[in-house]
Amino acid sequence: MIVGRQKPLEEIWDLVSVYGKVLVFGCNTCVAVCHQGGNKEAELVASMLRTRATTEGASMEVRSGGIERQCEHEFFASAEADIEWADAVLSLACGVGVQFLVKRYPVLPVYPGLDTCFLGDVEKAGVFTESCQACGKCILGLTGGICPVARCAKRLFNGPCGGSNRGSCEINKELPCAWHLIVDRLDALGRLDDYEKLASIKDWSTERAGGPRKLVNEEFVA
Amino acid sequence: MAEYKSGSNLEKILAAGAFAFTGELGPPRGADGDVVRKKARHLSGVVDAVNITDNQTAVVRMSSWAASLIAASEGLEPVYQMVCRDRNRLAMQADVCGAAALGITNMLCLSGDHQRFGDHPGAKGVFDIDSMQLVRMVKTMRDEGRFLSGGEMNGRPKMFIGAAANPFAEPLAWRVHRLAKKIAAGVDFIQTQSIYNMERFAEWLRRANDMGLTEKTYILAGVTPMKSVAMAKYLQSRVPGMDVPDEVIKRLRSAGRKNVAEEGIRMACEQIERFKEMKGVAGVHLMAIEWEHRVPEIAQRAGLLPRPRVD
Repeated sequence: MIVGRQKPLEEIWDLVSVYGKVLVFGCNTCVAVCHQGGNKEAELVASMLRTRATTEGASMEVRSGGIERQCEHEFFASAEADIEWADAVLSLACGVGVQFLVKRYPVLPVYPGLDTCFLGDVEKAGVFTESCQACGKCILGLTGGICPVARCAKRLFNGPCGGSNRGSCEINKELPCAWHLIVDRLDALGRLDDYEKLASIKDWSTERAGGPRKLVNEEFVA
Repeated sequence: MAEYKSGSNLEKILAAGAFAFTGELGPPRGADGDVVRKKARHLSGVVDAVNITDNQTAVVRMSSWAASLIAASEGLEPVYQMVCRDRNRLAMQADVCGAAALGITNMLCLSGDHQRFGDHPGAKGVFDIDSMQLVRMVKTMRDEGRFLSGGEMNGRPKMFIGAAANPFAEPLAWRVHRLAKKIAAGVDFIQTQSIYNMERFAEWLRRANDMGLTEKTYILAGVTPMKSVAMAKYLQSRVPGMDVPDEVIKRLRSAGRKNVAEEGIRMACEQIERFKEMKGVAGVHLMAIEWEHRVPEIAQRAGLLPRPRVD
């Protein structure tokens, strides 16, 4: 899932304070799971903005709303009236959702209420961990199912660096060394021979380095 | 003698079976070439070659290739260090070509400390390829005259290719395998992390000897003399990959405040004497951080002078 974090209220206020009618718009899937951008959080942010507007003596009306996913047209029907009403939308979706709104409503001012952080898992309640960088060419089959691109601070392909120690990454003792995990796992799978092989150099053209990406699935294109 | 890979002084000394001695020179944080010249003069004639660090600890400094050339102009043979943190494959290959064209004959290929440790923690780390792949890339350029793309080169870089090894990070068994992998990638020589835990180093070396690795590459043992108790404590607690046993700090402390530096040098000299006797150690790499002017004295006291000449 996509993990995000709410921007500080100060920054949000600076973005939207000039508008008279602001819709705080939740996205109730990924960013709801991390309690930052769901429809419930949209209500909370809306009430904080109202309080702020009162304190500042600004004449701002704030509504909250939301849909299941801001990145697909089919979910928008229930929100059209709210969006129509608004002078500006503060989207609590990830960057994908924000830009989808911009594409869908070419003259409507849309602002991000979240910082989109990473693709991660829910390690436990309230803890989210990055685990994929969407590099476009998955090597998990070679690395015991643990990704050095996403989880090694130096994106190494051939084992731990000199700073890895007792399972910890050099940049932070709390961070597991991805290569420590990989070697342990290859060992457990009886596949340590794979670790001996020199990994071929990564083709980054399928990653963001190759320019913005697009996937077209012909058989489903309407 | 068989044909040399690079013909560098370091390669010749090691190939001749002499106990090699390399030093280290950190370029300045600025454009003052005289800093490099001054440091270089202390080392000239004292070491077989000198590592010129590449933005070490992720702090911006004069570029390694430029400082390498200044050092060369002072009669030193540089070991041009290159980290994977700051360059992509295009820049790396371009710099290898340029360095070789200007007479640089040794390289040390490193991953590089993570940028968060340095003076620009917000920098984007490149890490396009890793240090093993860098070793293989330079070797392919040298031996096959081809770029990473497969494209043919116009002139091959005659580089003696080095890499680093850390014998101390846990678990130990992997560390020897990582050395094996670097050798498989094509490394000619290894310089280790600064050694303070001699027992631990001996165990790593024993395993390397048992696996026949010391027959396949030259291992230079890393030595950094302690200048102060504060330095020892800093290395112990703050520097990734360092193993400084408490006894080292205890010994420095017991030397008394005014004699700590002298004790540090004495300890380094004792270490060097032991390395000379160890099977599988082909030389010493002395990293006297901001202490280049003490290197001649250390070399003298450790019985490393005069340096052999191999033609």
